[in-house]
Amino acid sequence: MAQDILVVGELADGALSATTVELLGAAVRLAEGGRVSVTLLGSAAPAAAAPAFAAGADRAFVSGDGGYEPFRSDPWVAAVQAAITQAQPAVVLLAQSTVGRDLGPRLAFRLDTAAAMDCVQLAIEGGSFRATRPCFGGNALASYSFATSPAIATARAKSQDALDPPRAGATGETVALPGPAEARTEVTGREQAAATGLRLQDAPVVVSGGRGLGGPEGFRLIEQLAAAIGTHRAAVGSSRAACDMGWYPVSQQVGLTGKVVTPDLYIAVAISGASQHMAGCSGAKAIVAINRDPEANIFKAARYGIVGDYKLVLPPLIEAIRALD
Amino acid sequence: MHFVVCAKQIPDPETPPSAFRVDEAKKEVIPPQGIAPVLSQFDGIAAEAALRIKEQTSGTRITVISLGQERARDAIKQVLAMGADEGVLLDDATFQGGDSYTTARTLAAAIRKLGDVDAVFCGRQAADWDMGQVGLGIAELLGWPCAIIASSVQCAEGKLTVKRVLADGFETVRVPLPAVVTVSNELGEPRYPKLQQIMQAARKTVRSMTPAELALDPSTVGAAGARLKLERLFVPVAGGDCEFMPGDTPQAQAVALAKTLRAARIL
Ligand SMILES: Cc1cc2nc3c(=O)[nH]c(=O)nc-3n(C[C@H](O)[C@H](O)[C@H](O)COP(=O)(O)OP(=O)(O)OC[C@H]3O[C@@H](n4cnc5c(N)ncnc54)[C@H](O)[C@@H]3O)c2cc1C
Repeated sequence: MAQDILVVGELADGALSATTVELLGAAVRLAEGGRVSVTLLGSAAPAAAAPAFAAGADRAFVSGDGGYEPFRSDPWVAAVQAAITQAQPAVVLLAQSTVGRDLGPRLAFRLDTAAAMDCVQLAIEGGSFRATRPCFGGNALASYSFATSPAIATARAKSQDALDPPRAGATGETVALPGPAEARTEVTGREQAAATGLRLQDAPVVVSGGRGLGGPEGFRLIEQLAAAIGTHRAAVGSSRAACDMGWYPVSQQVGLTGKVVTPDLYIAVAISGASQHMAGCSGAKAIVAINRDPEANIFKAARYGIVGDYKLVLPPLIEAIRALD
Repeated sequence: MHFVVCAKQIPDPETPPSAFRVDEAKKEVIPPQGIAPVLSQFDGIAAEAALRIKEQTSGTRITVISLGQERARDAIKQVLAMGADEGVLLDDATFQGGDSYTTARTLAAAIRKLGDVDAVFCGRQAADWDMGQVGLGIAELLGWPCAIIASSVQCAEGKLTVKRVLADGFETVRVPLPAVVTVSNELGEPRYPKLQQIMQAARKTVRSMTPAELALDPSTVGAAGARLKLERLFVPVAGGDCEFMPGDTPQAQAVALAKTLRAARIL
């Protein structure tokens, strides 16, 4: 049965965010012939409409007003609500991002419906929408149906597949949204995390360190290992325990309350593999674990492992990797 | 000033995955043997945020509210021992078995009933269902602004100044009171109550509020009012078998790993 779907789009560095492209792919599959709409807000929005059509949208609700940046919930809720009123979607999809974590619940309460957060699977079963999400720190999965409409769901980055191939050259309808409504929140400051080369989410290899490193010095070895693999290929991550100790910046935290990474290779050093950490890296193609405890949970998820003290394992590993080719 | 802290008692989230079980038929988590439930970590940090302001603002009172069964009283006692002034336990049977919507609705009604609340402090998400909706829901239902995922909260001149954790850094926002804020672990560890404070907490009042007192229609709260229907709860199957690197020394194992990754075309 066809149903109409609305995706709340996000722009990053002037282009559609990767998760928005993935959500549009999911929307096309879920719509089963229904109409897919997207909201695009901010100065880069008009230019993002064509890529959104290629990614699967039939219609774009657009405002190019720079007042939508940086994200503040009041104007965004009003704009998305206006689009929902026109599009009457059965399902509203958002990313589990800074924007979606805020907007998903707000829209649910504003529209007197419900939201499922941080979903990894979206499906139509027996004609109705089903959202499946990890809970209990990732120890369990829960599937939900909705008693109210529209169903609202935020989806985890990389959990959905973009249209492949995209609809090159596709066109669609553009509907103008009004400029931003007034915000009760006033943004008074912003600190950008120090950009240390490659973005964690984009890196094909992530090397992460945990509490077992015993101190910030341990991260020097982690950084050397990443450098040996190649600064253009490997980024450094951290467990929450290590971030909480102040050993590494919060922006590099991998996990449920940090970043979700899906590299080809994830190397976890002195990390126990708590479910909340695995929530951020279990989508890696291969996990390597280096841990001195053979019973550590990380080995249950790892493809390759070394049981040992990282201080003794990393120096020869760095050399052995440098010596490859 | 009058602050509310929302506190939830949950199964210990640090329960090792090997001890974690669900009853798929009942769609419930089976409480692990010998592991006591705890105050959801982020709620303890929310209490810490409220207490730090209370210490600097004379005449500030903190009420801790918990929706849960009788055992949620322990969560309330813990926040009272940290320094909150009184507790409200929403343990009526009709409140149980709900979802984020009914929880926010019930808590918002209790906050409305208290009457003079200036700010509500919640954890960024309950560390059991990890949904992250209740703080925002309370704000929406009360018509108040809300700042989520705070790493510091300050209060002056009728406004909260909140530093928020973003994906790529931090942002500082100012919101007028009354307001809701949800707090993250970056704020720091919650204080550890002294023995004397634990004893004092035992004498602080914890009152209950019924659906009738809160003017809530029983069909809109708890399991009856839930909008998300849990269809299935299950434990995902764990990944593959780990191949341990051969060798008697770390040196030999490290070389084996580099070679294995190259042979598998991963490096
Ligand atoms: C709601 C919630 C959300 C959370 N979100 C996140 C999140 O986003 N990300 C996250 O990471 N965590 C998160 N956590 C915390 C998580 O539960 C764990 O506490 C945390 O991941 C543990 O970090 P760790 O593995 O570095 O430390 P530990 O669990 O202390 O593990 C350290 C490991 O190092 C090993 N080790 C010690 N010394 C050495 C050595 N010399 N050589 C080799 N190995 C050694 C030990 O054997 C141990 O396995 C969250 C928790 C909750 C409740």
